Amino acid sequence: MIMATGITTDPMLPQPYSVRDVAKETPDTFTLRLEPEIAVNRSSFQPGQFSMLWVFGVGELPISISGDPALQDRLVYTVRSVGQATHALVNRRVGEGVGVRGPFGTGWPAEAARGRDVIVVAGGIGLAPLRPLIYQVLQNRDDYGRLLILYGARSPRELLYRKELAAWARNRETQVLVTVDYGGLGWRGHVGVVTTLFKYARLQPAPAVAMVCGPEIMMRFVTRELENQGLSRDNIYVSMERNMKCAVGFCGHCQYGPHFICKDGPVFRYEQIRNLLEKYEL
Amino acid sequence: METLERIIAEHPFFHGLDKDFIALMVSCASNVRFEAGTYILKEGDPANTFYLIREGKVAVEVFAPQHKPIIVATLSVGEILGWSWLLPPFQWKFHARAVDDVRAIALDGKCLRTKCEENHDLGYEVLKRFVQIMEQRLEATRLQLIDVYAVKR
Repeated sequence: MIMATGITTDPMLPQPYSVRDVAKETPDTFTLRLEPEIAVNRSSFQPGQFSMLWVFGVGELPISISGDPALQDRLVYTVRSVGQATHALVNRRVGEGVGVRGPFGTGWPAEAARGRDVIVVAGGIGLAPLRPLIYQVLQNRDDYGRLLILYGARSPRELLYRKELAAWARNRETQVLVTVDYGGLGWRGHVGVVTTLFKYARLQPAPAVAMVCGPEIMMRFVTRELENQGLSRDNIYVSMERNMKCAVGFCGHCQYGPHFICKDGPVFRYEQIRNLLEKYEL
Repeated sequence: METLERIIAEHPFFHGLDKDFIALMVSCASNVRFEAGTYILKEGDPANTFYLIREGKVAVEVFAPQHKPIIVATLSVGEILGWSWLLPPFQWKFHARAVDDVRAIALDGKCLRTKCEENHDLGYEVLKRFVQIMEQRLEATRLQLIDVYAVKR
């Protein structure tokens, strides 16, 4: 069952955080580590949840939490610089302030997946919201079955967390397969879309739970492939992205059919939204 | 020791193929190796072979003037390389380069074409398998063309 974590303060009131580290992941994507300016603030969240980040004087952005849920003294976000507000956010310097609201929304079904194989399929920056779940599975290795991570990106230079991907693959009962849509001569890995990785995956569908995050068109093809591989729709979860504003289901900016992505999502059971994913321009 | 018959019968591409047809395949087959970096086939050359990859990875490359080679796909263990031997003008449309040391079974396309013409049941079985591969690769190519990870500004 997907549960949203309760918010202990006024959900509309940003909490003061400071930037403690900014690491470049790719030419346009950065990982920021924020720590609370008030020591009593503990940053508890479920893998898959998101925060609203205020860049004062510029704007507020919904960003998925990409850090380790076991480290409650910090919040980590991986942000792609694609517009004015994200550009301002990734250019925050160490020591500068950022307002944080949240965490909001539903998380990945980490509890329901205990005792079962976990299939993680990520595309592009979609690996960021899945990273906390991967940390959780690896830190509680005996509680889960096999972990299969399939990750696709546009090109080798756009792959996130390259060192971690290699480290994750060294864990027992863990298979990590990475592909890029366009390879260069220096790239010795797979070239092809992420769905082509399924043929190399050691997949046992019956006891597995799949969690998918990436562009919606990629998720549609991945969910179809997961069904072809024998997974039932009930065991497939996807994370959706829309223009979240209030993050608590008041404003309706992120309405998606009968759902508010901010409150009912961002993580949905695939069956809940399958019909919506098949509608044009929604 | 593994026989060609067993290797071909156990390759995913020929999964479930009738024993007699496997024997016909074997008569057109040989073991081959390619060192990392060598070209297995080149665009424009006569296409008279296809390969069942047993070990290693192969990059399918497009030649584009004034560019470095563009890798559009990689193929690995359990996959097949090459279908231009099936259809006129029997010429390769791409380059294929061994990324690692590659072990494969080479199937003589001319030999196989003759056998398929003589035995249409065999021809149909072979064609069904290739059409499935073509369909999968066409879908993958369409997804690549959509460029799903591009920034939408």
